[in-house]
Amino acid sequence: MLEDGKVFEGKSFGCDGEVTGEVVFNTSMTGYQEILTDPSYCEQIVTMTYPQIGNYGVNTEDIESSKVQVKGFIVREYLYHYSNWRAGKSLDDYLKEYGIIGISEIDTRQLTRHIRESGAMKGMISTETGDHSELRSRLDSFPDMQGRNLVDFVTCSEPYRFNPSKKDYKYRIAAYDFGIKLNILRCLDSAGFDITVMPADTPPDKILESDPDGILLSNGPGDPAAVSYAIENIRSIIGKKPIFGICLGHQLLSLALGAKTYKLKFGHHGANHPVKNLDNQEVEVTTQNHGFSVDAGSLDDINITSHKVTHLNLNDRTIEGIEYPEISAFTVQHHPEAGPGPHDSRYIFNRFVKLIDDFKN
Amino acid sequence: MPKRDDLKTIMLIGSGPIIIGQACEFDYSGTQACKVLKEEGYKVVLVNSNPATIMTDPEFADKTYIEPLSPEFVAKVIEKERPDAILPTLGGQTGLNIAVMLAQDGVLDKYGVELIGADVDVIIKAEDREKFKDAMANIGLYVPPSGYANTLAEALGFADELKFPLVVRPSFTLGGLGGGVAFNKEEFTEIVTRGIDLSPVSQVLVEKSVAGWKEYELEVMRDKKDNVVIVCSIENFDPMGVHTGDSITVAPAQTLTDVEYQIMRNASLDIIREIGVETGGSNIQFAVNPEDGQMAVIEMNPRVSRSSALASKATGFPIAKIATKLAVGYTLDEIPNDITEKTPACFEPSIDYVVVKFPRWAFEKFAGTDTSLTTRMKSVGEAMAIGRTFKEALQKSIRSLEIDRYGLGSDGVNDIREELLNDKLSIPNQDRVFYIKHAFEIGRTVEDIFSFTKIDPWFLNNIAQLVEFEKNFKDCGLKNISAEIMLEAKRFGYSDMQIAHLCNCREDDIRSLRKKLKILPTFKTVDTCAAEFEAYTPYYYSTYETEDEILPTDKEKIIILGSGPNRIGQGIEFDYCCVHSSFALHDMGYETIMVNCNPETVSTDYDTSDRLYFEPLTFEDVMNIVEAEKPKGVIIQFGGQTPLKLALRLQNAGVNIIGTSPDSIDLAEDRKRFGNMLKKLNIPQPENGTALNEVDAVKIAARIGYPIIVRPSYVLGGRAMSIVYNEENLVSYVKNATEVSNDRPILIDKFLERAIEVDVDAIYDGEELFIGGIMEHIEEAGIHSGDSACVIPPYTLGPEIIEKIREYTFKMAHELKVIGLMNIQYAVKDSMVYVLEANPRASRTVPFVSKSTGVPMAKIASRVIAGMKLVDQDFERVDPTKLDYFSIKEAVLPFNRFPGADTLLGPEMKSTGEVMGIDPEFGIAFAKSQLSVNQVFPTSGSVFISVSDKDKDLIVDIASKLIAMDFKIISTKGTGDMLSESGIKTHKVLKIREGRPNVIDMIKNGEIDLIINTPEGGSARSDGYYMRTAAVLHNVPSITTLSAASALLQGISEMKNTSNINVKAIQDY
Ligand SMILES: Nc1ncnc2c1ncn2[C@@H]1O[C@H](COP(=O)(O)OP(=O)(O)O)[C@@H](O)[C@H]1O
Ligand SMILES: Nc1ncnc2c1ncn2[C@@H]1O[C@H](COP(=O)(O)OP(=O)(O)O)[C@@H](O)[C@H]1O
Ligand SMILES: [Mg+2]
Ligand SMILES: [Mg+2]
Repeated sequence: MLEDGKVFEGKSFGCDGEVTGEVVFNTSMTGYQEILTDPSYCEQIVTMTYPQIGNYGVNTEDIESSKVQVKGFIVREYLYHYSNWRAGKSLDDYLKEYGIIGISEIDTRQLTRHIRESGAMKGMISTETGDHSELRSRLDSFPDMQGRNLVDFVTCSEPYRFNPSKKDYKYRIAAYDFGIKLNILRCLDSAGFDITVMPADTPPDKILESDPDGILLSNGPGDPAAVSYAIENIRSIIGKKPIFGICLGHQLLSLALGAKTYKLKFGHHGANHPVKNLDNQEVEVTTQNHGFSVDAGSLDDINITSHKVTHLNLNDRTIEGIEYPEISAFTVQHHPEAGPGPHDSRYIFNRFVKLIDDFKN
Repeated sequence: MPKRDDLKTIMLIGSGPIIIGQACEFDYSGTQACKVLKEEGYKVVLVNSNPATIMTDPEFADKTYIEPLSPEFVAKVIEKERPDAILPTLGGQTGLNIAVMLAQDGVLDKYGVELIGADVDVIIKAEDREKFKDAMANIGLYVPPSGYANTLAEALGFADELKFPLVVRPSFTLGGLGGGVAFNKEEFTEIVTRGIDLSPVSQVLVEKSVAGWKEYELEVMRDKKDNVVIVCSIENFDPMGVHTGDSITVAPAQTLTDVEYQIMRNASLDIIREIGVETGGSNIQFAVNPEDGQMAVIEMNPRVSRSSALASKATGFPIAKIATKLAVGYTLDEIPNDITEKTPACFEPSIDYVVVKFPRWAFEKFAGTDTSLTTRMKSVGEAMAIGRTFKEALQKSIRSLEIDRYGLGSDGVNDIREELLNDKLSIPNQDRVFYIKHAFEIGRTVEDIFSFTKIDPWFLNNIAQLVEFEKNFKDCGLKNISAEIMLEAKRFGYSDMQIAHLCNCREDDIRSLRKKLKILPTFKTVDTCAAEFEAYTPYYYSTYETEDEILPTDKEKIIILGSGPNRIGQGIEFDYCCVHSSFALHDMGYETIMVNCNPETVSTDYDTSDRLYFEPLTFEDVMNIVEAEKPKGVIIQFGGQTPLKLALRLQNAGVNIIGTSPDSIDLAEDRKRFGNMLKKLNIPQPENGTALNEVDAVKIAARIGYPIIVRPSYVLGGRAMSIVYNEENLVSYVKNATEVSNDRPILIDKFLERAIEVDVDAIYDGEELFIGGIMEHIEEAGIHSGDSACVIPPYTLGPEIIEKIREYTFKMAHELKVIGLMNIQYAVKDSMVYVLEANPRASRTVPFVSKSTGVPMAKIASRVIAGMKLVDQDFERVDPTKLDYFSIKEAVLPFNRFPGADTLLGPEMKSTGEVMGIDPEFGIAFAKSQLSVNQVFPTSGSVFISVSDKDKDLIVDIASKLIAMDFKIISTKGTGDMLSESGIKTHKVLKIREGRPNVIDMIKNGEIDLIINTPEGGSARSDGYYMRTAAVLHNVPSITTLSAASALLQGISEMKNTSNINVKAIQDY
């Protein structure tokens, strides 16, 4: 059942029970395992628009975090049988293992159109009761996405080095973990960085003590404006180290600098969004996963540094990337690490290397 | 970047006649290209020899040349029109190859013509398999180890080194022509020899076989700013070893994780960049090892292809249209996505349904040929279906094929042969998927079936699931079938017909029960973006979900039923008519609704009609649309036999059929009723009778006398029709007859020997008759109208014959109450005019007639059907018998793809397509038509002549003319003696059974340049057969009728010197 009372009935898979979360749709035709394990989906119920899910099972490699992060999973058809040489188990077993409820045989296209028209909204999946008023009341008691700090659910508790065995690296960086995707770490690692991942609430001086060459502001779930302490912390590192922000990190930095963010009607969740790189006019087909966006108008409120929009979403003209020369920082809204999605934007990780080079001399 | 304005005139090269491996998908892409170029304000010059195409309609290009697609003739056009550029990537392999040849001959430089889209080096780098492999090595991509051979010896060398099985693929050939998989030296030798022969550069690739690996295709687009997008991924149900054109294919890829998909995507980007395709679409094929995921690159087509047409229809992303815009300078981000309007085209479509393409074959027409599926494409057409799941789409695709199947089995048909099961599983063939289902039914496991088929277990499991599901119906009658089961069945794609068989009742029972249970189809939109954005293009498919997306409109609607998958006898000509009808009715202010399931066609382009339903053309599916749209009327006379078959049922279901009534159609198709009608009108018809069994067949034959021509009723393309010369053959025919079109009676006609056949296309509105075309056939009656060459205007018929034809045509049109088009075939013998058949519908020749007379027949007929009288329509009433130029239609035959099949022409149609030659001179027009079908007839050399006794008298004249053109004449004893008697010098050669060296040896040794062989009636596997098949193998032109021979004589004298043959745009006739 959705917030507005609309009800869909289907068949459950994964485990039984009842969950509530914000219902969003993802238009990627591949990569359901990456999506399931993406921390940015914390507290969300994900609908896949591609109707056949589970085809290639799940494996031990294609994960974005150590567990399944989505709260619920909605598909048109789930077929128990899977086929792929890397597959270890079925999607059904996987969801059971992490106690996640899945529902199939849903008209996911209708659900998607509904969300497109009415906007992302709360919803609940239940295998317990079909009684609408019952569901209704439980659903209403669930808090709204806007204004909710979800970072605390997904950030790490202790600092750790991503690749402890790593010997030869060019730069050492610290990554603020607001719900970081493994693929971001993998990409940074292969770009030659040694990465130490820090809990979201790590005080800035503690980070600066360790004297990293640069700081990454990771992706993460929910409303950036709600993560006030992160915004504070970021303010006090601005200008001291080169900064690279992705997704939530992109939004947080803009907030820290005085800009504003707003909630998109139904967000961007997919792997086919055209983004124009305004430096060379080339178009990148990108992976997107965000429900909030930086308000272009509010950029003029930024006064401590000049800023330049570097990337633009060609579907709805929203901001996809900003550069802040004076404080040697740049951020992108989309996901250069993909996972799932095209690798067109991978070059951005090398831009971070370059940024640090320039900062040093 | 804006479009280029340094270009003024752009030339397009079409793909010529419909042949196996190159069908109407290139009319679709070419038409798109013409539209775009015109919109952009360029002057468009088009060359294409195929008159049945939309693109060759006068309004689509500024100058349209229906001329042979040979470098020589295209050069003539260039010389005349002086285009600034040629767009070579939309005319299939033919267009591409010609562009390359013109560049290499220096023609392009000479006239300063630029190739846009892809230049010569790029094309060669992609097409030349050797250069391509080197390129792949450069960018570190794996290709199966291989070597290139120009001689058999070289090839055998590689064989030792690479080990069998091996794949042989000729360079620069189309649809795998001449290729194959060899498991031993013997097969290898045969394939290589043929391959070297068929390759224009006599080169073959000998490659390690990766048969059994998973096969994939990606459709890639690139613009000149180097933006690249993948439009669609396609996974083949049939693994490597079966040509993609013969494979069941599925979009998008089903069994790749994102990681593996991205590896393939990255490879595609690297490939298109390395090869250097500057702008436009390319198709790249990959193989993936199911054990470890190792990926191999198979090939790249640096042009719009069959798969790109499929991808366009599957995603709603118009590849050809966008490729054209890119070629003239736009970039992807500058082009809007038509469907969403708001978003740009530089994205990757996301689809929320599953698409299945199923090929259609025509083996039944080529007895004696190998029917297994290999790397050489053999299918003649394809159907595409859209569903929300693979199961649903697969079943819909099967019932779209019109092979009297209503889904994956359980439809009352059971032709499974247990003893063949394992072979049918392991050797790919057209029935394999039915055998797979059967294997599950008898309890065999996925693992087991996989080991035989190598088809991915995911696909197999889906079929297993269907088999499992059907157990629900076990001894369950109409009574106790629950709403749940019914709904699930529909969601699995079962047709009412299948469900009816599963609970042994009638289709109608299921339909009404379904309605009672409120289980009705919903229609969803194809929108390129999985509903993320609003869609403005009404392109629909049916499925069983909870939401229906059809928006009501207040306009009056007319539904046009299309012609389904291409097959021999029903192809692009009918699509042409449907498209014209849609255009005409739209202009009259109607909302036009197209229903069709053929992804290759223009009719299934989303901007051809106001609404498009991509659906099977069965009663159930059509009724669903009718009930959803409530149209003013449904038009059935343009889609060939397909909609006609539905006519009565639709009408009985209360559908308003507009145009000629179903009853009139029946009157014309039912031989008895038709016969009586002709008697009443006293119009002569060959003596005939209708037999329900062997006994009356023999009686009737005795009455009317042999030779006779026999056929089952209700067939198109002369299916299973044959000329019978004696009782023995008649009896054996009747015995097999019941196999074709379920126990309908057998029709017997007196066979009119040496009669002239005439085709007439006319339009009647109830008062006025307009005869658009009177076509005189070159081959005599007895050769199917679809296979024989024909001429407008008639070139031997006298005025009184023409008069009779006009009179009869009017009488029949009036009596049949025709409203719209009708086609009549006459046979003229000894100044008697007989009616062979009348079809109250559009015919194969309508486009040809329209192209040669300039009268848009299908459009006029559509207006008539919509109620507009001919008097109220203004168009030039061209008299097709009084034209100062000749248009000749010639048929294109696919024998080179069916080694072993007899090339003898007869009443059963075998051609896949047609070309047209047009010129003021008959001889030149004929020569052009022959050049267009690549029949390059010798202008000197040796002619082998062997004719049946009935023809002996007439051959003399032909032979002496040949001598006069200093040909050398070779013949067997019979014909030879007779010729010598008439003082013609001939060289004797032994018949096959007379010892060696015989005529076959001479053919093999290339000592014969032309064969004139008319068959003795009756006996099947005669000398003639071996001779003709040998001729095909060594491509020696062979002629099987004298009438064709004499027309050819006029042609040959012209061909002696083609340089002074002129070209002329149809707009200038
Ligand atoms: N090395 C190979 N081993 C097995 N099958 C092959 C191999 N190479 C090609 N094939 C099969 O042959 C078909 C035709 O080959 P392809 O290179 O695509 O030629 P075409 O130009 O006719 O499409 C492919 O679709 C594939 O199924
Ligand atoms: N009585 C006949 N005498 C000679 N030829 C005939 C006769 N009947 C049919 N044919 C030949 O057979 C071909 C196919 O017959 P037709 O009735 O046109 O079948 P279809 O419906 O397949 O066109 C004709 O084009 C004609 O050449
Ligand atoms: Mg191919
Ligand atoms: Mg006919």
